[in-house]
Amino acid sequence: MLKRLSLVAAIASVFALAACGSSSTDGAAPSSAAPATSAAAPAELTVFAAASLTGTFTELGEQFEAANPGTKVTFNFGSSATLAQQITQGAPAAVFAAASPATMKTVADAGLAGTQTVFVKNKLEIAVPPDNPAKVENLKDLTDPKVKVALCAEQVPCGAAAVKALDAAGLKVTPVTLEQDVKATLTKVELGEVDAALVYKTDVIASAGKVTGIPFPEADQAINDYPIATLKDAPALAQKFVDLVLSQQGKDVLTKAGFEAP
Amino acid sequence: MRSRVPWLLVVPAVLGMAFLVLPLAGLLVRAPWSTLPRRLSEPQVLEALRLSLVTASLATVICLVLGVPLAWLLARTDFPGRRLLRALVTVPLVLPPVVGGVALLLVLGRRGLVGQWLESAFGFSLPFTTAGVVVAEAFVAMPFLVIAVEGALRAADVRYEEAAATLGASRFTVFRRVTLPLVAPGVLAGGVLCWARALGEFGATITFAGNFPGRTQTMPLAVYLALETEPEAAIVLSLVLLAVSVLILVALRDRWVGAAA
Repeated sequence: MLKRLSLVAAIASVFALAACGSSSTDGAAPSSAAPATSAAAPAELTVFAAASLTGTFTELGEQFEAANPGTKVTFNFGSSATLAQQITQGAPAAVFAAASPATMKTVADAGLAGTQTVFVKNKLEIAVPPDNPAKVENLKDLTDPKVKVALCAEQVPCGAAAVKALDAAGLKVTPVTLEQDVKATLTKVELGEVDAALVYKTDVIASAGKVTGIPFPEADQAINDYPIATLKDAPALAQKFVDLVLSQQGKDVLTKAGFEAP
Repeated sequence: MRSRVPWLLVVPAVLGMAFLVLPLAGLLVRAPWSTLPRRLSEPQVLEALRLSLVTASLATVICLVLGVPLAWLLARTDFPGRRLLRALVTVPLVLPPVVGGVALLLVLGRRGLVGQWLESAFGFSLPFTTAGVVVAEAFVAMPFLVIAVEGALRAADVRYEEAAATLGASRFTVFRRVTLPLVAPGVLAGGVLCWARALGEFGATITFAGNFPGRTQTMPLAVYLALETEPEAAIVLSLVLLAVSVLILVALRDRWVGAAA
């Protein structure tokens, strides 16, 4: 009996502790936002950004941390559509940089985005393995059934852009696969599993010679705008980060990677 | 006489159950029931479901044909490096499936170690084909079968096999007539586990076989892509996969595994 009582007491204390835990975090929530705004305290900034911004934003994040001692920028890179879903489901992001206005709209429709600014544009290119086994020269070559083509799925921005470009050219391509994001599409070319793929010019540059890029004129019909916005309840630091992205310093980093000014 | 309820076991058991069941309940609660019939009748859903069932079943057959003898080798024979082999065989269990997919590409891809030979000899390459889906699923699911069967073999009484051997049966006859019937419940349980794992396979499949509706887009891939734009559609697809797998698992357990065990 005594044993049983002590067990009940133990369980009760566990629940009591849990209750304490939750109430104390409730109490801490508003106070944690306060120090973020004061410059002295170490502050953390969470940025959700499209996978295609991985290289450039990592570099800008380092510059931001250097210019604002004591701050820590954490990135979550991924497909813009996935990120938008995560934000609308309550992920704690302060800044969102999307690869398409459509994915930003998901967040804005939920009333979570501040002022949106288009900060760069990105264009598609045909990516082929360096030895170009299928001798691809232009967009029309991708319609050859003997040429294995990888495209992004239409649900993600690079796939939507690919469809737009192909429509603009009046071509019909049957890909062997519709990949879940642009990096996965690029990997298929790097490994030589496909003869060609439509990816962003910036991804071709970032691959550092592992794939060859072929520009095509129809890409002008399918330019992707990249909007950036601070999110609801973001600390003041968030706007500072957006300012850095929009500054000349930010432009330099982005154009070096192959992005175009808006 | 009834013993007292062992709270120390019951409380964590109930918590464990809640932890496993609540997310499923979440799917049911958030499901868009009003649009369910319309969404289910979309041809892409049925196509993905059919492909999932066919590939998971084929993968299970491959796993049975190759995995049962492998489990026998690990449990009943002794050779140098057996422990190492056993560890290697279970690697796909701990390997992130996406890494498994990349590994498969490096070996069986068009430019892979074996794949380039397949391509030049037969003009055939596995990635982006339904066969590729089966290969990816079998790769990830086979360890489940091997471990289950090996466990059953180790638990089985070897004296029956020895008796058969003393009566003049060859090693293969012993395996076929004595060992296999003895461990049948273990093989079936392993097969079911293997099938379930293959059905839910995502990472290795999308990496190795890609994603194309009707050819390599299985249900988990369809769910993932639907989630990008239309979470409600993803919930519907998840429900379908859930319902079908629960139905089949329950039927199998009652018919074979439960009865035999």
